[in-house]
Amino acid sequence: MLGYLVRRFFIMIPTLLAISLIVFLIIELPPGDYLESYVSELQAQGETVDQKHIEFLREQYGFDKPVLTRYWEWVTGMVVGDFGFSFEYRLPVSDVVGDRLFLTILVSTVTIIFTWIIAFPIGLYSATHQYSWGDYGLTFIGLLGLATPNFLLALIMLYFANVIFGTSIGGLMDPDYIDQPWSWDKAMSVLEHLWIPVVVIGTSGTAGMIRRLRANMLDELQKQYVTTARAKGLPPLRMLLKYPLRNAINFFIADIGSLLPNIISGAELVAVVLSLPTTGPVLIAALQSQDMYLAGSFLMFLASLTVVGVLLSDILLAWLDPRIRLAGGVAK
Amino acid sequence: MSIETGNDRQLDHYVSKAPFDPRSIEALPPEQERYYLASQWQLMWWKFIRHRLALISGGFLLLMYGSILISEFLAPYNLHSRNINAIYSPPQSVHIFHEGAFIGPFVYGTHYKLNLRNLRREYTEDTSKIYRVNFFCRGDEYDFWGLGTGDLHFFCIEEGGTLFLLGTDRLGRDILSRILYGARISLTIGLIGIMMSFVLGMVIGGIAGYYGGVIDLVVQRIIEILQSFPQIPLWMALSAVLPVTWSPLLIYFGITVILAMLDWTGLARAVRSKLLALREEDYCLAAQLMGAKPKRIIGRHLMPGFMSHLIASATLSIPTMILGETALSFLGLGLRPPITSWGILLNEAQNISVVALYPWLILPVAPVILVILAFSFLGDGLRDAADPYK
Repeated sequence: MLGYLVRRFFIMIPTLLAISLIVFLIIELPPGDYLESYVSELQAQGETVDQKHIEFLREQYGFDKPVLTRYWEWVTGMVVGDFGFSFEYRLPVSDVVGDRLFLTILVSTVTIIFTWIIAFPIGLYSATHQYSWGDYGLTFIGLLGLATPNFLLALIMLYFANVIFGTSIGGLMDPDYIDQPWSWDKAMSVLEHLWIPVVVIGTSGTAGMIRRLRANMLDELQKQYVTTARAKGLPPLRMLLKYPLRNAINFFIADIGSLLPNIISGAELVAVVLSLPTTGPVLIAALQSQDMYLAGSFLMFLASLTVVGVLLSDILLAWLDPRIRLAGGVAK
Repeated sequence: MSIETGNDRQLDHYVSKAPFDPRSIEALPPEQERYYLASQWQLMWWKFIRHRLALISGGFLLLMYGSILISEFLAPYNLHSRNINAIYSPPQSVHIFHEGAFIGPFVYGTHYKLNLRNLRREYTEDTSKIYRVNFFCRGDEYDFWGLGTGDLHFFCIEEGGTLFLLGTDRLGRDILSRILYGARISLTIGLIGIMMSFVLGMVIGGIAGYYGGVIDLVVQRIIEILQSFPQIPLWMALSAVLPVTWSPLLIYFGITVILAMLDWTGLARAVRSKLLALREEDYCLAAQLMGAKPKRIIGRHLMPGFMSHLIASATLSIPTMILGETALSFLGLGLRPPITSWGILLNEAQNISVVALYPWLILPVAPVILVILAFSFLGDGLRDAADPYK
């Protein structure tokens, strides 16, 4: 087991490296650099531009160095927690990001748990009552959830919250707590506001999971061990919980790999609509002003979150499912 | 008891004169014969039409795609016609009876007042004025696909009246017309994108699956890395780096390429796993022995075997593309006006205060959801039908 953990951990490193390469490529893609657009912006505002100041900035941020050196500095900086410098905010990226990373992780984690709690019983019901009215109804609702893009769902919910309750459901905490240090009251306020983004972001993931769980369970239910258990007179519910469900649980954990990118993508978009203090709005603002180091760091962070999530799910799976070959590495 | 001789009571020996058909014992009822002799595509079609929802969805999509050919004719107004007297006008309702008397479809005139308390534009119906809705009438002039100009519309309003069935936006442009025009971009971007990613997926997956070994390993790693990116942030980053100087049309193609570039992975995986299994088949070996080149073997012998599956899964990934474009344009990172897509229309509804005052701005959500649902049902039906022997 330990050997598997170590090996699985080391497989992650080239993946992260490759991701960092792609992200850096994106950072470098726009023609010119931030300083050029900064200069033209200043000129457009009619301000005089001190060439020396620009040269100083250029040197300080390393724009004069070759690409490979910059890539190397960026990557090694990230390892020790230095994510580069945001030109827009004139602050180190880690300062801009601050709480937002934590809130993004919080929202994503709670959304995954929500997805599981909802998808589990519904998927189970749909599979055991295949082609019943309940199954059709739930499948249809699931498809609707899958088809409704979550940022549009956020818009629709905003509208109805406004019409019915007369309140705005945006934000992740009461306005009083913004920029306040963490306290018990602030945490409670976050919890109160959390459910709306969680429901909005989780809907499509939940719908997808219900469909996959249903298909998986249907496959399991046709297997012979189920027939055997039934023939032996096991009560249906106990049979269900004891055998097919156990196989389905493994699937739940393995599904994190496809669920996590989906949730993080959705969370970024929904965050803009609901103006959540997560990474989403900052990422978009950074992309719009081509503050590429900030954007790149965010992208890198989101991708790493996915990779680490998949790593965790693999470890959990290896621990739970004895059928997983720990030896690995055998080519087909 | 006497014993009679055989000659007296000999039984007639019956011989059928009809010609003998040695296979008559295996004869099938006609309906079964029809089934067994049908081609694979025929079988798939029969299976597909049993899936009612998929059939309806397919019909709906055909209608939608048909409508983009004649958007100019269907839309009561032009894409950019502005009506400064009807800014943020709410949807008008069509009436048939006026004070109990039958008139046919008509709308009342509107009366406009600015509410100075919340700065909201308020429109009230003015029942003294009646404007009939006409069909096949002359209205805004448009350029029809560069073939010439026309002014025939499916329906429009009598001179002097306005007909905003879904309201208007901040420039007084008719939202229904804009949705009809927007379909052109929103629906085609998915199709063009899927074609590109289809080709990419088939070529890359085909090479990986057929050759195996190192190539396969490298391709697999690339796919894994691409799939570990959260899709939308990566799309956003890529479309943010499209040069500002590009024309809207170039941006349209740029966005399509970006959407396709990150979408081929799923298809490539499917192609690869199928090819890995199929290349071991005898008919593949036979082709190799006869000297066929890999390109021919993959394209001619292997691909047709699972084409139907590929088409089904491609259909299922069109919604992702449509959504991707909508999300990007919604955030202002995708297409740019004057190109109009459903995402661009929704961009105006980004602000909650606007949505609260003028809720009809979020109506373009409806076609997005309908089209995505239809593609999902159609894809489901196709997937079931792709395996007609099951």
